[in-house]
Amino acid sequence: MSVQTQLERVAPITTPRARRRSSTRFLLGGGALLGVLAILAIAAPLLAPHDPEAVVVREVLGAPSFDHPFGSDVLGRDVLSRVLYGLRVSLLVSVSAVLVSTIIAVPLGLLAGYFGRWVDTTISRTLDMILVLPAMLLAITFIAILGPGSAVAALAIAVIYLPILARVMRSSTLIVTRNEFVVGARARGAGHLRVIVSHVAPNAMGPVIVQASVLSAFALQLEAGLSFLGLGTQPPTPSLGGMLSDGRDVLVQAPWVEIFPGLAIVVAVLAFTFLGEGLRRAFDPKGVAE
Amino acid sequence: MTSRLAFVARRVLLTIPVLFVMSIVVFLIIRLVPGDPVRTMLGFRATDANVAEVRHQLGLDQDILTQYLNWAGALFRGDLGSDIVSHAPLSELLAQRLPVTFELTGLAIVLAVAIGVPLGIRAATGGRWVKRLTEGFVVFGISIPDFWLGIMLVLLFTGTLAILPPSGYVPFADDPVNNLRYMILPVLTLAVGEAAYILRTTRSALTGVLDRPFITFLRAKGLSTRRIVSGHALRNAAPAIVTVIGIQIGVLLGGAIIIETLFALPGVGRLVVTAITQRNYPAVQAGVLAIAVTFIVVSLITDILVGALDPRVSDGKST
Repeated sequence: MSVQTQLERVAPITTPRARRRSSTRFLLGGGALLGVLAILAIAAPLLAPHDPEAVVVREVLGAPSFDHPFGSDVLGRDVLSRVLYGLRVSLLVSVSAVLVSTIIAVPLGLLAGYFGRWVDTTISRTLDMILVLPAMLLAITFIAILGPGSAVAALAIAVIYLPILARVMRSSTLIVTRNEFVVGARARGAGHLRVIVSHVAPNAMGPVIVQASVLSAFALQLEAGLSFLGLGTQPPTPSLGGMLSDGRDVLVQAPWVEIFPGLAIVVAVLAFTFLGEGLRRAFDPKGVAE
Repeated sequence: MTSRLAFVARRVLLTIPVLFVMSIVVFLIIRLVPGDPVRTMLGFRATDANVAEVRHQLGLDQDILTQYLNWAGALFRGDLGSDIVSHAPLSELLAQRLPVTFELTGLAIVLAVAIGVPLGIRAATGGRWVKRLTEGFVVFGISIPDFWLGIMLVLLFTGTLAILPPSGYVPFADDPVNNLRYMILPVLTLAVGEAAYILRTTRSALTGVLDRPFITFLRAKGLSTRRIVSGHALRNAAPAIVTVIGIQIGVLLGGAIIIETLFALPGVGRLVVTAITQRNYPAVQAGVLAIAVTFIVVSLITDILVGALDPRVSDGKST
């Protein structure tokens, strides 16, 4: 073993500055990618060269060309325009699902972690029940009951991630609550609500934000998977998963119908993953988020 | 030894409330459908008499507690009701379809372990390039949606190389060679993502163990890295790896729902998806129940295995 590796063992090389540098790289990369995707999605009506739902018979399964850079699909619809609109739905569903889940999970995790005892037991055990089924199966169960659609898919995803986010918030609250400034605030006579809102919550949010970003990547894949099965976003609204399902029978003749929507999902998932990794290195060095 | 037995007994008892909650979720599937589930199921052309008959058949005309007790009682006798579309008993349908799902997920987890664990060991002990390459595989495996990977594999192996069938199924008992030919692409599709998770866990668990003083001691004694890893470190990292494999089987069972649909495999997952689109609620219930019970049993086995591998868990000193 070299002297250097022995030294590393004593003092890890992740000094604050090295950590900051590596986190900045991921944050910038993921953030920039996500920013571009968000702009593409929001500005889809301006950027899309064609109407995403317009059926053009003579363009059926057209190869990529100047007029249709990503080619056209089984019904002669422009694939590029559909990818842009599909990205819009995918990002909207996944981000709103994770956002709703976080908004509910944060107070639950705070209460469980701060008060402990029966409050913790009640909240934690109740949320554990959601984890009885695997995520995909639970989402499908939701859809079986409420019927297919992007709103139901978003709701299902929000419920699935609730226990994970609440658990991370609870662990992080437990750590923060032990700090002297929290004990000090209580000793100065601040009420529980005040301590939680102005001392515990702001310091315990880091890991949850990291987890939310990581889960957005999974949410995106889950939404695409549900739409692929025909249980998420319903046609004729373009969705990335739905496009992959439509093009399955013409895969060999017209691979562009399958390649581009899939790549869009991969790029979006990577953007969230990089952002999550950057946030983790910046806000959660101890690794509270899973 | 008695503490181990007590640990297993405690863990088995803990599955009872889990099974109970799961049974309530499955029981409620048909009862939470907005509006009249029987009307939705039969379509609007069904006569009132028809609707009333099916409602009576499903026991939906009784009070909710009686409904649950009857349903759970029938479940214990292995009676899952019958399919609304084909009128076949659902227990028979599941008996046909479960082996397909088990074969798919079983082969996939074996392949994922065969890829993930050795690569994870290389990642923990290898040089800079090995670390980069394995990290690349992890990011690739986690970021690519499995069904898109499946589509791309079909494009390559069926479209370009023309060496494998795009989709379909033959039972293993009828034709083992063709059964495996049909299974290659779905299994590979499911395994890649899982292998990435298993690789990542093996790497971090092993890295953690290799940092401990007893490893430095073994090195000082002159043991080679290979002997340290195979003889000492891996045993200590095993509980973490087995735990993740258990969790990933749950993910696999979920993934199988999509992969079965993509490759036209007649498994339980495809049964559920088809049943949802046909509003065939009893079949949805049976399929969800089968997958959920499998998941719960796998979690139980994993936990017991981890307990056996890590004496601290079964002694109750950890967790």
